[in-house]
Amino acid sequence: MPDYHTHEHDVLVVGAGGAGLRAAIEASAGGASVGLVCKSLLGKAHTVMAEGGIAAALANVDDRDNWKVHFADTMRGGQYVNNWRMAELHAREAPDRVRELEAWGAMFDRTTDGRILQRQFGGHRYPRLVHVGDRTGLEMIRTLQDHGIHQGIDVHMECTITRLLKDGDRCVGAFAYERERGRFKVFRARAVVLATGGVGRAFKITSNSWEYTGDGHALAYDAGAELTDMEFVQFHPTGMIWPPSVRGILVTEAVRGDGGVLKNNQGRRFMFDDIPPNYRSQTAENEEEGWRYTQGDKNARRPPELLTRDHVSRCIVREIKQGRGSPHGGVFLDIAWIKERLPNAAEHIKKKLPSMYQQFKQLADIDITREPMEVGPTTHYIMGGVRVDADTQMSSVPGLFAAGECAAGINGANRLGGNSLSDLLVFGKRAGEFAATFARQQSGAAIDSRQLDDAARQAVEPFERSTQGEGPYQVQYALQEMMQELVGIVRNEAEMRRALDGLARLRERASRVGVGGHREYNPGWHAALDLHNLLTVSEAITHSAIERKESRGGHFREDYPDKDPAFGTVNVVVRKERDGRMAVSRTPIPEMPLELKKIIEEMK
Amino acid sequence: MPTSATFRVWRGDRTSGEFKDYSTPVSEGMVVLDAIHQIQAEQANDLAVRWNCKAGKCGSCSAEVNGHPKLMCMTRLNQLDLSAAVTVEPMRSFPPVRDLVTDVSWNFQVKKTIRRFKPRPPEADGTWRMFQSDVERVQEFRKCIECFLCQDVCHVLREHHMFDQFAGPRHLVYAAALEMHPLDTDDRVRDLKKDRGIGYCNITKCCTNVCPEDIAITDNAIIPLKERVVDRLYDPVAKLLRMVRGGAHDV
Repeated sequence: MPDYHTHEHDVLVVGAGGAGLRAAIEASAGGASVGLVCKSLLGKAHTVMAEGGIAAALANVDDRDNWKVHFADTMRGGQYVNNWRMAELHAREAPDRVRELEAWGAMFDRTTDGRILQRQFGGHRYPRLVHVGDRTGLEMIRTLQDHGIHQGIDVHMECTITRLLKDGDRCVGAFAYERERGRFKVFRARAVVLATGGVGRAFKITSNSWEYTGDGHALAYDAGAELTDMEFVQFHPTGMIWPPSVRGILVTEAVRGDGGVLKNNQGRRFMFDDIPPNYRSQTAENEEEGWRYTQGDKNARRPPELLTRDHVSRCIVREIKQGRGSPHGGVFLDIAWIKERLPNAAEHIKKKLPSMYQQFKQLADIDITREPMEVGPTTHYIMGGVRVDADTQMSSVPGLFAAGECAAGINGANRLGGNSLSDLLVFGKRAGEFAATFARQQSGAAIDSRQLDDAARQAVEPFERSTQGEGPYQVQYALQEMMQELVGIVRNEAEMRRALDGLARLRERASRVGVGGHREYNPGWHAALDLHNLLTVSEAITHSAIERKESRGGHFREDYPDKDPAFGTVNVVVRKERDGRMAVSRTPIPEMPLELKKIIEEMK
Repeated sequence: MPTSATFRVWRGDRTSGEFKDYSTPVSEGMVVLDAIHQIQAEQANDLAVRWNCKAGKCGSCSAEVNGHPKLMCMTRLNQLDLSAAVTVEPMRSFPPVRDLVTDVSWNFQVKKTIRRFKPRPPEADGTWRMFQSDVERVQEFRKCIECFLCQDVCHVLREHHMFDQFAGPRHLVYAAALEMHPLDTDDRVRDLKKDRGIGYCNITKCCTNVCPEDIAITDNAIIPLKERVVDRLYDPVAKLLRMVRGGAHDV
C-alpha cells in the first residue's frame, strides 16, 4: 500500500493558468469546494507570457465590430473546421468576461474617452485586442490570482498529476506527487477540470516553458477521452533566433500590429508577394495603406504582415529556404523604421512594446528602436486537444472536463492571436460552472486501490533503474530534435512515418530512463515522468498529421500542398483502444445552423 | 568570451549544504539559467531549480548570482567575470528547500491578508471610465512579476527576520496598486501601519535597486503610502478630532 495524503474536493482543477483559475473561481462561486493543482507556484503559469491581448468585440475603437464579425474572423482563421458552436459562444461571451476582469481589478490601457483600448491583430477585421502594453497575460493571471485567493479555493502548488482515477467510466479523482517532498497525493473529486495548457516542449524550438509537456492531453487520453485536431500545431512566425540560448522566445504579434514590417535580406517586404485569395479583399494594396491601418485609419486594410500566423510562418520559411534569410537563419522584423513616420518614435515603441524592448536589449544587445530584430517561426500553441462538448466543456469521459489550450474546437486549423486569452476566460468559466453542476449531481465514488498502487509503482520506477539507465534529458532532447525535424512546419508522409518509428524507439528508451538521488525536489525525476506525456502527444500529432492528407491552417503537407474540400468537413480524432493502440478516425463536423452560415456569408 | 566557465552552485537541503563547482561550456548570449540547465542535464540531473518562462516574465528563477539578487534567465554571462567561478546560490532570506529552491510560501500568506480590490459601482452602461494618465501610476506597480527579489534583499526581512510584522516591499507595492486604483473604495491605511509594519521600512531603496521590472518601489509606492499613514494617523489636528469624536475608526 503506497503512502499518500488524501484530499477531497467537489471539483478538482488541474492547472492554474488563465483557464484553470477562471474555472476554479466559477466552480467555487457555484458553491463547490474546489481544489486547484498547479505544477509551479501560483501565478507563474504560461498565461503570464501572453503578450498581445484578449480578443473581445467590445467595439470601443471601431463601432462596426460585434460578436458576429469576431465569430466570422475566428472561423475564417480556423479554415472552417472549428467547432462552430464554441466559436459562437466565444465571440458572444468574450466581452462580458473582459468586463468582469475589470471589476476584479484589471487595468487595461485606455481610449482617450476612458474606455478599454483595443489594438489590431492578425486575422481580426477590427481593432479588438484588449491589452496592457505587451504584458497582457501577466495582467490577466494576476487579476484572476488576486481575486481567486479570496474565494476559499484550496491551492496545491508545485504538485503534478500523473494519472486520472476512475470509477467505472466516470472520472473521480487524480493521483499526484508534490515536488517539494516528493510525496504522493490522492485527490478524490466529483468532477475534474483539465486546464494544463499545451505541448510545446515536444519541439526543439518553442516559446513554451518546461511545464508545457501535454499533461492534460495525455491524462485525458489515458483515461479514455478522445483527442481531436492534434495535427494542428501553431508555429508562431516571430520567435527570437539569436543568440542561440534565446531561440524560440516569443516576439509578440503586437510589433506588427503597431507598424512593424517583415523584410528579407534584400530589404523586400516579402509578405506582399503571397496573399491568400480568401484574405485578398481584406489586405492592404500597398505599404502606404498598410501603415495607415496600423495607425487607426478605418478606411485602410490590414498590411499582409497581419495575415494569419500559419501563413506568415510559411512565408518566412520560404524566404529562408530560398536564400533570402537574415545572417542567423531568420528574417528581419523592423519596427524602428516608423521613425520615418512618427516624431518620438523611440519613445512610442518603448511605451507600446516595453517588454519587447527590454527582452532584446537585455538578451540580444539589440535596440529595437534603432535596428531590426531577427526572427523566425517558433512552436507556440496547439489547436488540438481534448474533444469536449461546446457548451459544458465535458469530454467523452463523464466527470472529466477540459478548458483552454488543452481542449480543442474553438480554433479549428489555426488560432488567431488574442483568441487564446479570451478562450481561457470564456471556456474556463463554462468548465467551472458545469463541473460544479455535474459534481452536485454525483454520489460518492469508489476508487479501487489497485489504481493507486499501480500509479505509485509507475511513479517510482525511474529510481529503481537508478543512474544505470539513460538520463531523462537526453531522451527529451532527442524527441524534441526529431519532432522539430520530421513533424514541424512543413510535413510529408515519408518523414512522418520515420517519426512514428522514431517515437517507438524513444518509448523504449524512455522505459529505461533512470534517475538518481531522492524524491525531494528532484527535477530529473520530474523530467523522467513527463516523458510519457510528451511521447503520447507526439504520437497523437504524428498520427493525426498523417491522416489529414491536405494542407490547412497550421498543418502543411508538401505532398498534399492544397486544401481538400473533403477534409473540410471532418475532424481527425484519436482514441486509446483497449489493447493500448492509438486508433485514428475521421469524425464529420455537424452541420452549421443557417443563422451562423449566413453570418459567414455576409462577412466574406 | 572563454569556451567554458566554472559555476559554484549551492547544493543543499533544509538544514545544510555546500558549494559545489561545475565546469560547463559557454557560448555567446548565454544566461546563468542556461548554464544551470546544462549542468542539470549533463552532470547533476537532480539539481533543483525553479524556472518557467526564461524571458523575465514569470519571476520564478530568482537567485543570488555572485551575491547579487537576480533573475537567472536575464543575467547574461558576458556581464560576469568568468575568469573566476560564478557563485549561484538560493535567495537567502527564505528557508531553503533544496539547492536553488527556497520556501516562498510566506509571501502567498501575506498577500491574502491584504484587503482585496473593492470597486465603486459602475456607470449606467455597466462599465467604468478611467483615463490613461490615471491608470499609468498603478500600471507601474502591476508590472510586478512576484520574483520576490525585493523581499530577499530587504534588510527588515533579511537581517531582522521580521516576517510576522512586516509585509515587505512586494506587498507594499501590491497595497499601493490597490490604494491608488482609481476605482477602489476600500481603505488599507490603518492596516498598513498596524499589521503590515510599513513604519519599519527606512527607505534605503535596496528593493528598488534589485527590481528586474524597474519599479520605483520606494519612491512611487512606499513613500506615498507612508505619507498617507502620516497624514491620517499622525496629523495632530486629525488626532484631536478623533479623540473629540471618540471614534475608534479613522474615516
